[in-house]
Parts: sequence; C-alpha cells; structure tokens
Amino acid sequence: MQSLCEKIWAAHVVAPETDDTPAVLYVDLHLLHEVTTPQAFDLLRAEGLPVRRPDRCLATLDHSTPTVPVKTLKDLEIVSEPSAARQVRQMERNCKDFGIELRGFASRDRGIVHVMGPELGATQPGATIVCGDSHTSTHGAFGALAFGIGTTEVGHVLATQCLLQRKPKTLAINLAGKLPTEVTAKDLILKIIGTIGVGGGTGHVIEYRGSAIGALSMEERMTVCNMSIEAGARAGMIAPDDTTYEFMAGRPLAPQGAAWDAALKRWRTLPSDAGAKFDKEISIDVSKMKPMVTFGTNPGMVMPIDGTVPTDGDPAFRKALAYMQVEAGKPMLGVPVDVVFIGSCTNGRLSDIRQAARILRGRRVAERVRLLVVPGSEDVKRQAEAEGLDEVVRAAGGEWREPGCSMCIGMNGDTVPSGKLSVSTSNRNFEGRQGTGARTVLASPLTAAAAAVTGAIADPRELMG
Amino acid sequence: MERIKEIRSRTVVLPNDDIDTDQIIPARFLTTTTKQGLGKNLFNDWRYGKDGSERPEFVLNKPESRGAAVLVAGNNFGCGSSREHAPWALLDFGIRAVVSTEIADIFRSNSLKNGLLPVIVDAETHRWLLQHPGADVRVDLDTTTLEAGGKRVQFPIDRFSRYCLMNGVDQLGFLLERSDAIARYEQAHA
Repeated sequence: MQSLCEKIWAAHVVAPETDDTPAVLYVDLHLLHEVTTPQAFDLLRAEGLPVRRPDRCLATLDHSTPTVPVKTLKDLEIVSEPSAARQVRQMERNCKDFGIELRGFASRDRGIVHVMGPELGATQPGATIVCGDSHTSTHGAFGALAFGIGTTEVGHVLATQCLLQRKPKTLAINLAGKLPTEVTAKDLILKIIGTIGVGGGTGHVIEYRGSAIGALSMEERMTVCNMSIEAGARAGMIAPDDTTYEFMAGRPLAPQGAAWDAALKRWRTLPSDAGAKFDKEISIDVSKMKPMVTFGTNPGMVMPIDGTVPTDGDPAFRKALAYMQVEAGKPMLGVPVDVVFIGSCTNGRLSDIRQAARILRGRRVAERVRLLVVPGSEDVKRQAEAEGLDEVVRAAGGEWREPGCSMCIGMNGDTVPSGKLSVSTSNRNFEGRQGTGARTVLASPLTAAAAAVTGAIADPRELMG
Repeated sequence: MERIKEIRSRTVVLPNDDIDTDQIIPARFLTTTTKQGLGKNLFNDWRYGKDGSERPEFVLNKPESRGAAVLVAGNNFGCGSSREHAPWALLDFGIRAVVSTEIADIFRSNSLKNGLLPVIVDAETHRWLLQHPGADVRVDLDTTTLEAGGKRVQFPIDRFSRYCLMNGVDQLGFLLERSDAIARYEQAHA
C-alpha cells in the first residue's frame, strides 16, 4: 500500500538511498526563469558541461520583467532597472548557448512559470517537476511531485537531469465538508496554514484529500498546492481525477492520441491506495468557513474576515502587529487600503480574474486606491481580453497590465510604497515583500476586489448579488 | 569547496521566530547574476535606515557582533523562498553556521551545498543560547556536536552532506559519476 507521493518517488529512483548517500532521483520537467539560474549556467560553463536534456527544460521570463508592454530587449533597457535588464539578457543568452527553447517576450506562451507549465500541458500527473522557485509546489495539483530547489541544484539538474534527495515524509490533510459559496480556494489554503502554522509542514510532502478537494477546479487546486510552501512543506499534491484529465486533454505538450490513452491508464493508478500510511494526518472541516485575511507578517497570521485580530503577548507577535499598524482585539474590516494587487502564481489565472470582475463590474475603484490587475500569462491575458475582462478592470479605474510576477515580489518595477497597505492575492505578507516598508494583507481575488471598490478591507459576500 | 571540520566563534543572536528569506536578502537584490557581494545587503531592511546608514540598535551593527560567525536565530529560520542568495549573503557577510530549533527545508539544503552549517538544537540548548548572546561556541562537524556554556549537544546532519562538507566534495561530481545509471534509467523510461 503506497501513497501518491511514494508511488511517484519509487518510479523515479535512479539509485536508491542508503545510510551514507541520498537517492539519485530523476527529474521529468525542469522549469527555468531568469532569477535563480544565471549562477547555475555559469557553473556549467566553468566545468565545460552541456545541459543533459534541453528537451526536458521549460524556460521563461517572469520575475524581474516589467508589466508594461515590452516587445523587444531594446524596450527593456528603457523601462527596467539596468540590473534587471541585464538579468533578462543573460537568460536569453544562456538559453541560446545551451540549446534551451526560451518562451521570452516574443512568445505567445510567456507567463509566470507556474501558470505557463499547466497551461501548456507540460505539467503532468506522476511526474517529478522542479524549479528554482519555492512555488513549484503549484504543479502538485496535477498529482505530480513538484518542489522548489536552490540554484546549486538547478545546476545539478541541468547537468544530470537528477537530484540527490532523501525520501520526504508525508502529511495527509483531509478536508471534509463543502466550502460555502463565496469562500474560495485561497481562503481554504490560508485557513490550512493558520491551522498547522508556517513550519507545520517542514520535512513533509502534503497530500490534500477529501470531498472539499475533489470538488475544486484545477485552477483552485493550483491555488491550494501553490501555498504549501507557506506551511513549510516543499510540495503539496492532489490525486489526479477526471477534473485533472479534462483540464489536460488537448493541451499542446500533453500526450495525444494513443499516447494519451496509455498515459490515462497509467495516471489512474497514481492515487494513494486505500490504507496507505502517512507519517502525519490531520482533518479540517471546511463547511463553516469564511473568507480569510492575514493580519500579520507571515501567512500563518490569518483570521476570518469578520473576526478580530488575536491577542498574544509574544514580543514577535506584537512586533508584527506594530509593523502592520493593526491592533489586537480590533476588526480588520474597515482598515483603509492604498493598493490592491490581483495576480501572481497563486491567483493570476483566468478564474481569478473572472472572480475579481464579478465585484468590479459596474463599480469604481475607491479614490486614492491603486488597483493593479496582472494576468498570470499571455494566454490568461488573451482569454480575459476575449471576455472583455480587461475592459471591466479599466472601466472600474484599475490598471490592466502585462503578464509577470509583478507586485508579488517587487523586483520588476511594481512595488507598494513604504507604509502603504496592500490587499494582495499573492502568497507572502513578509515584511517588505512588496516593497520596503510595504504592509501586505493576503486575500482572495473576491476580497481584494471588494477592498478596491470600497477603499477598505471589506467582506466580499456583501457585494455579491 | 573549502573543507569544514570545526567552527569556533562568538554568537550573534536574532531571537525572532520565522525569519524568512525576504528578510535575509530582499528580492530587489536578486537581479544579480553572481554569488558574490551579497553580504552588504544581508538583512538589508533591518540593518539600514531609510538614508542608507546603519541602524546602531540592530544587533549585527553592534561592535560586539563584528566578526561573529555563528548566528543563533528563533524557530523556523529561513522559511519562504528558494533563493540560494540567502546562504550566499550570510556566507559573504562572514556567518558560517546558523543555529535554531528548526530550519526550513530548502534553506537548509541550499546551506549545506555552500558550506553554511545548519545546526538544529533542542529547545533547552536553544533557550540558553538566546539568553547568552556573544557566548563562545564550538561546532564540531566530526562529532556533530555543539559546545556552549560548558555543555555539549549532538545535532543531526545528513551523513552524505557531512562527508561532503568535511572533505570539500562537490555533490555534482557524485551525480556525474552516476551518468551510466542515469542513461540506463532514461533508456528504460524512453
């Protein structure tokens, strides 16, 4: 009896682990972006090594790219910081030198690496997927074992298509009940992180299970798996099912024809066997859940939107509240907002923008609030524009931007000014994450849009017909 | 890579829990394409004021902290992003070991590949270290022990990582030696 994680692990062991040495684990798909790869390519150059499997690399530009229109590298020199522009140029050169196809500014596919992979059908059940990015956990939504690695390991994978790994422990999170309407996948994962804590998943791979998970769409499942790392788990995964296969069918890099049928047969054997043992198991009933917002400086400091900020005498807790300029015992509802960011690998997909548009349609962004809506990829942008969602954003007074990581990471020109409060659909509310001194409240696209139109933290359920 | 056998140093203490990699090295410094020179931006937004001058009250800026090579931090150090720039910045600054009760997975893995020792200790030892900033400690990789305040405690470390650190062995070399096995795997799964 094996769990989903154990099955994928076993199928990718090139050399088994011993007391003295970790396992050599084969990597099926290596995602690459400009920020965590330059030093790895330098290593290959210094050692005179080629990239072993350029065909297993999927490369793009997302983190340090501007979200104003850029069609050529020349444009980049004008809009970007010199170091960011240099980094992008370096990525172009590295991919060219090592024979890796780059989905760059000229590509219709370009997007945040964790939005693009699933969109193209490159993300597949049963696969091992890595990237120099902690939100690689996103791809676990397809029943893949997907986790973030450092730049040294990026070099290892480029050179050998393998990693040295110890078998991870497993944590099953059973989500029972039915999510109330207007409570989203983002609220669900925030609730989970609040329950187990920001270190609660350390050393483990999470498998999300139960009726509440089965009912989610693929985009919602990606939102859940995406933030597994915020609970300390390198990977989060969900067993593939018909929802997964329907999403994947016909995507350009997914198997086609007879290969699809064969893959489907294989994928159907992946879910954890009944009675599979996990190292840890917890259950959460989601049926009474409410929309969630963070109040502190990590994603575990989270509360129901209509609650009050908890009280805790711990100095670090008080320091976090002081940084956020919020008070223990007071509500978050009504706290004035300066910036609203809708986008990122957590919530930058079509369904997220549709959700935001439900609130924005026919309303105006409150005075002195800046609303930035950043599609997760060129494909999301095209689809949203085909539905007129860009017009909804613009008509409300928001900015409709080009795809990229944008304000989630604040290293591309999009930042929240010091001291200002941002309601953001991204994944990290760490001090200064969105800009030096910026204060971040994490929330769903519905809650973010509600904040944009009311100018304060607001319950989206009250704005929905 | 340099061989590591032991580290003797005074400690510098940052007691906060959950210190994330965005605090260790903020994202705006990640547009670099090299590993060098990140030490000046280590804990940038805690270390410097708005005008770029050092905040005298921040522990790393205090005269007694200069030259300390062992950082004692609160629980769950290094959570957040996978940026290897975090251990690069710590090493460039002069930190050679980080001590906590829990160290985040990716940060720990990145540290081990760069010769920064992640030292995980029990709650009691941790409490003592937090209460005695500037204490003289000895981290011995051979016996996998930390010595502080006249006591010696074991710390866990993966045997392979320890071997690589003590012998200056690069892990890529180990993987490259398995090229035949990798090729066989690829053939069997083509």
